[in-house]
Amino acid sequence: MRLELRGITKRFGSFTANNKIDLTVEPGQIHCLLGENGAGKSTLMNVLFGLLHADEGEILIDGEPVRFANSGDAVRRGIGMVHQHFMLVPVFTVAENVVLGFEPTKSFNRLDYRRASEEIREVSRTFNLEVDPDAVIEGLPVGLQQRVEILKALTHDAELLILDEPTAVLTPQEIDALMAIMRSLAAAGKSILFITHKLKEVRAVADVITIIRQGQVVGSAEPTATEAELASLMVGRDVNLVVHKEERTPGENVIEIRDLVVRDDRGLAAVNGVSLDVRAGEIVALAGVQGNGQTELVEALAGMRPIESGTVTLRGRDVTNASPRHILDAGLGHIPEDRQRNGLVLSMSVADNLILNTPRRTPFARRGTRNLAAVETNAAEQVKNFDIRTGSIDDPVASLSGGNQQKVIVARELSRPLSALVASQPTRGLDVGSIEYVHRQIVKERNEGLGVLIVSSELDEVLALGDRIAVMHAGKISGVVDPSTSRENIGLLMAGASEVGAGA
Amino acid sequence: MPSSPFKSIGALWRRLTSRGPVVVAIFALVLGLVVGAIVIITTSPVILSAWRGIFHGWTAPGHALKVTFDNVGAAYRTMFTGSVIDPQGFWHSLTTGKSWSTTLTPISETLTYATPLVIASIGVGIAFQTGIFNIGANGQAILGGVLGAAVGSLLHMPTVAHIPLTLVAGVAGGMLVGLVPGVLKAYTGAHEVIVTLMLNYVINGVLYLSLFSTALQLPNQSNDVSRTMDPSAQLAPIFGTASGLRVNYGLFVAIAVVAFAWWFLERSSLGFDFRVTGANPHAARASGINARTVIIVVFVISGGLAGLAGIVQAAGTTHFIDGGFLIGNAGIGFTAITVALLGRNRPMGIVWASLLFAALGVGGRAMQAATGIPLDLATIIQSAVVLFVATPVLVTEIFRLRTTSTSAVQLATQGWGS
Repeated sequence: MRLELRGITKRFGSFTANNKIDLTVEPGQIHCLLGENGAGKSTLMNVLFGLLHADEGEILIDGEPVRFANSGDAVRRGIGMVHQHFMLVPVFTVAENVVLGFEPTKSFNRLDYRRASEEIREVSRTFNLEVDPDAVIEGLPVGLQQRVEILKALTHDAELLILDEPTAVLTPQEIDALMAIMRSLAAAGKSILFITHKLKEVRAVADVITIIRQGQVVGSAEPTATEAELASLMVGRDVNLVVHKEERTPGENVIEIRDLVVRDDRGLAAVNGVSLDVRAGEIVALAGVQGNGQTELVEALAGMRPIESGTVTLRGRDVTNASPRHILDAGLGHIPEDRQRNGLVLSMSVADNLILNTPRRTPFARRGTRNLAAVETNAAEQVKNFDIRTGSIDDPVASLSGGNQQKVIVARELSRPLSALVASQPTRGLDVGSIEYVHRQIVKERNEGLGVLIVSSELDEVLALGDRIAVMHAGKISGVVDPSTSRENIGLLMAGASEVGAGA
Repeated sequence: MPSSPFKSIGALWRRLTSRGPVVVAIFALVLGLVVGAIVIITTSPVILSAWRGIFHGWTAPGHALKVTFDNVGAAYRTMFTGSVIDPQGFWHSLTTGKSWSTTLTPISETLTYATPLVIASIGVGIAFQTGIFNIGANGQAILGGVLGAAVGSLLHMPTVAHIPLTLVAGVAGGMLVGLVPGVLKAYTGAHEVIVTLMLNYVINGVLYLSLFSTALQLPNQSNDVSRTMDPSAQLAPIFGTASGLRVNYGLFVAIAVVAFAWWFLERSSLGFDFRVTGANPHAARASGINARTVIIVVFVISGGLAGLAGIVQAAGTTHFIDGGFLIGNAGIGFTAITVALLGRNRPMGIVWASLLFAALGVGGRAMQAATGIPLDLATIIQSAVVLFVATPVLVTEIFRLRTTSTSAVQLATQGWGS
């Protein structure tokens, strides 16, 4: 299918989300739409998928103008969309989800489950998308759930697939698998519109790159362009992708973890005898494929998960199995992995979120009564210091972009006196500009003598920030290496090879 | 630049047609009254026979329409004059200075009914804001009434000590009942809806037991009626017994509770913990808020307020309790749940919702007396209003209120501009 967007303009009140956007996707092409969060990518895709109506401009499919009243029209014209947040029923099987809304039936309107399964097997074979049609969605890993979404679009005869930030939720391995699928779909003649803000992926998979910024197309690029070129087009200024760190001799231990054992929700030892030190003025980066116990380790450090055995010491104070309150007061800063679940109260104001874990500290409260003036003064100060883009400090934090939400957490944690900082996936889902910013803040704290533990599944981040890199595999530390270690060797450690075997 | 009147009228219209919670509530009331009118039309024999007459050629369509308007109008008019004020009577009193007590009786009755309702609803609303569903406010109110009535009738002391002690006993009774689901949820994870709901039945039993006990039962009686509370323990009518107006000093207790609730939720550190817990329990835990403490304390506060509502009802209006105390239609603990929802769990919202519910109840009685339309119509309107508030999408669709979502998008993205 050849898709052409001509002069698409979409306004919300006085705000122009899309301004005269032109875009052409050729059959069998992987077309990347690159832009920061809030640049207008999702608005454009919602217009294309019939979920929003453009104020101006037209959509042409194979040269013929079309109008979509709703997403059903778009599906009938061969457009399929894989949303960032999956639209699947968790308790249904793969087959049930795929045929949902278009169920094949036998006599008396009974669901023809066998035919549904066969249809899916056939489509999976054609496009090399292996999924068991009888598996229940909630039991599948995220990567496979996404595959089901793609499968669903393909069974509805999609000729053009829109993938909205498809890699945000995937592990590196799953991302590689997705890239392979995209290439084979394109080879089979399907057109793909790939929306992302991750430069590496764009360069790996795109045929054509269109960059949008503040609702306008600001240029196009070849996949051969460097990351720095793409980043500066996207952000509108030069972006420093290399984090500058000054030499610093680490001080004494601020976090001491000894023989830690922590169980996950299923009762298995997700952390199985971990010992690790973080010293003042150094960044220890904890690398590893997701699901190897990093989440449980951090939760245990923050007092959110009981410790089975072993000890955690913070600046010489034993905080093993202490309450979150006690650990916060002992000065552990925590940037949680899931910021919307554990880090923020979305319905509350930016100002309240900036003091979420210190509401009783002077001057924010006195004798049980909150001092709102002090809360607001603090908010105004942090918004300025940390460049949080918000309409007002009284706006709910839900109205901020992901990057700015993360800045609220970073500002809150770094503005109180800390003895150590634990940051879990601190830049997941953020755009280049925000990543650069968060990295700079963390390094600044390290330069000023803070001990930092960073947990990240992005190897780039680990290599850029870590003074030492600890690799976690199957609940154990499989090695602690220097950042000059090659990617291959770290990869081997991530896969479970022993330190000696990796030749570090 | 001075603002022109047109501009402010335009702003007023925009305010009226944007779907803020207040606006939705007002339109929901209008829709509730429309539903009530439909019920009147389809059940009133007079109106129905007038319409039937058209087919038989007895009456002209215009006449049927007039009968309809007259009857519906009379119903709603008596409802208003019976619960707020009768303009004619008011004018009469104003010009002659006479019969003020008759003129003020409707509004006094509405305030009398609203008084305990406000207190109980605030208790329920604080729990809701914390994410806790306290369905047991009625049982908490009953035990508050029982303990309060016991202190008020069995102990004897001067008013300055007796009234506070009676109210404290009421609060303690409610707290005691609230503590049970609180502790059970905090330490075993028992679901508060089940526990509080079931406790209501237990407390009903306690009410009967106490009413047949030698201590509390009215002497020389075999009925389930308690002793009368000492005058020193009663919340006296504000305008004196002679005025005949029942509105009593409990009103000031209610006002104090509203002020406390506002301070607690908006200004206190503990209230902040409560709101964080209600909005996102995971973030609350990560921020160092102790969920157990919050659960227990919120139940103590919520139950205490329900208990206070019970004793204010007994000490202010009936001065004794009996087997029908707060049971059935008088179960303010249950009405409080609806009122809290209607008032969006906010103190001032609850005040308006309580006044509305009390006025519909009081006015419904006046309407029943004057027009013969059953009191149940008031209940239908109350329920319809709550339904329409619970489904704001429906209300905004019916009145084509403009959504505020575009402005939200604007706000969200303003920070990114140039």
